[in-house]
Amino acid sequence: MESLAQSRASGSEAPTLPASPRVAPRLRGLAVLALVLALLPFALVNAYFYDVAILVCLNAIVCVGLNLLIGYAGQISLGHAGFFGLGAYGSALLAANWGVPPFAALLLATAAVSLLAFVVGRPILRLKGNYLAMATLGLGIIIAIVLANEDGVTGALHGSEVAAEVVGVDSAGQKVMVFVLSAAFAAAAGGLTAFYSGFITPSKASFMHSVELVTMVVFGGMASTFGAVVGAAVLTVLPQALTVVKEYEMVVLGAVMMVTMIFFPRGAVPTLAARFGRRSR
Amino acid sequence: MGGQAVQFLASGLTAGSIYALVALGFSIIFNASRVINFAQGEFVMIGGMSAVSLVATGVPMPVAILGAIGIAAIVGLALERLAVGRAKNADIVTLIIITIGASIFLRGVAQLVWDKNIHALAPLSGDTPIAFLGATIVPQSLWVLGATVAVVIALSWFFRRTVLGKAMLATSYNPLAAQLVGIDIKKVLFASFGLAAGLGALAGVLIAPITFTSHEVGIMLGLKGFAAAILGGLGSFPGAIVGGLVLGLLESLGAGYVSSAYKDVLAFVLILVVLFFRPDGILGAVKSERV
Repeated sequence: MESLAQSRASGSEAPTLPASPRVAPRLRGLAVLALVLALLPFALVNAYFYDVAILVCLNAIVCVGLNLLIGYAGQISLGHAGFFGLGAYGSALLAANWGVPPFAALLLATAAVSLLAFVVGRPILRLKGNYLAMATLGLGIIIAIVLANEDGVTGALHGSEVAAEVVGVDSAGQKVMVFVLSAAFAAAAGGLTAFYSGFITPSKASFMHSVELVTMVVFGGMASTFGAVVGAAVLTVLPQALTVVKEYEMVVLGAVMMVTMIFFPRGAVPTLAARFGRRSR
Repeated sequence: MGGQAVQFLASGLTAGSIYALVALGFSIIFNASRVINFAQGEFVMIGGMSAVSLVATGVPMPVAILGAIGIAAIVGLALERLAVGRAKNADIVTLIIITIGASIFLRGVAQLVWDKNIHALAPLSGDTPIAFLGATIVPQSLWVLGATVAVVIALSWFFRRTVLGKAMLATSYNPLAAQLVGIDIKKVLFASFGLAAGLGALAGVLIAPITFTSHEVGIMLGLKGFAAAILGGLGSFPGAIVGGLVLGLLESLGAGYVSSAYKDVLAFVLILVVLFFRPDGILGAVKSERV
């Protein structure tokens, strides 16, 4: 990441921004993203493309948050769709049944989900690897069934927790904060989805949706925010494109997951970036 | 004990036996490679659906059962050769995604090869219920229990008396030492996928006459099997059996006395409690803390 940022900053394009070489590319990326988002509505020729673009953005919100947990903190969650679902149902119920203004409902629901994530975060994040996968999966399924039945952030964390603790990082506390933050992103995106589409089904909280979200993050590239956005875009558009051949949707999705992880375990964006960087050097 | 309680125990033991067979598959693959095979549930699906198809072509039931187990075993071996075995030094998150991808892929293929409908398989010895202590038990339940006992006996013979079984056991204790004494751990991993897939398929064939089968049955059965394996202690064979039976009984009693809608919630709440307080499972096998 860092070497890439530096090589890009010191590249031949001669950056006009006088800022420090570490910050400039990041700000430039943000500016490009803002520009794309601002101009996109003019480029989208019909309502369907507009709808897909909004879906991409909503998924990107979840993926950017989930990427903090998977990519930077090195922890997996197979239950984030549960937080997404809780955010969606919470926002929708507060607005529809209690007359809370939509924006306040969104904030309240996100805050409540963050609190839940904070409470369960510490015991859950004591677990590692397969056990963490099982615990988050179980939590997600419990949330999904309940919904169905009731109509710090430092890159050092991923490398080695021991090393991070030796240099004075409270890895347990940091992990919980990242977990809470990623749950809040998911809940907020869930709330936005509920308001945008006007309805919500328990399938949005399902295990399969959790898996889709994790796939978006790892496909784009772990520990790469841009990668998370690309992953969300590709894997949101792909099923839409495949509706023409609906029967092959699962086969293609499963194959994409396996092939990406076997041949590009770092994800599409970091792999391509590394290849591109090498060629230009 | 009332007839109702016997009824719940019988259905709990039946479901629990199936979970135990799936959990054994999880533990066999975990022992050989430290991989959690999220596609384990799909072997159950492939077993049930293959048997249904084979019977429909007029093949006698015993041949259909063996054929279904064989088809699943081939798929399991292919999964190891083409996917899991190729990602040798990958971290746990990567391996989890690969096997989840495989499960979605296999489900997609099943939907193409077969269809999206629910299928029934004929029971092995009719469907006249047997009255027992005030409860009525379908004969297929007895087949499930009997076959599970037979599998446990056969597996313990396999692991104690055969060269391949001993090699698999040795690899699970210490892969490096196993390699030093000349065990081909690649072969062990390959065989583990075949064995686990075969066990999953047997579970799928046995349960299909009771709960029916479709391209989607693997999802929940796989998750329950994983839960049972964790409950008993990941990597422990006795643990997988105890975990499966405990999970089956708890679900059945919970569904009967508490709420059938929340039957699956009970199972996963139990898992979370066990993970928080006894992360090595109720029988305790492999340490969960890894640095």
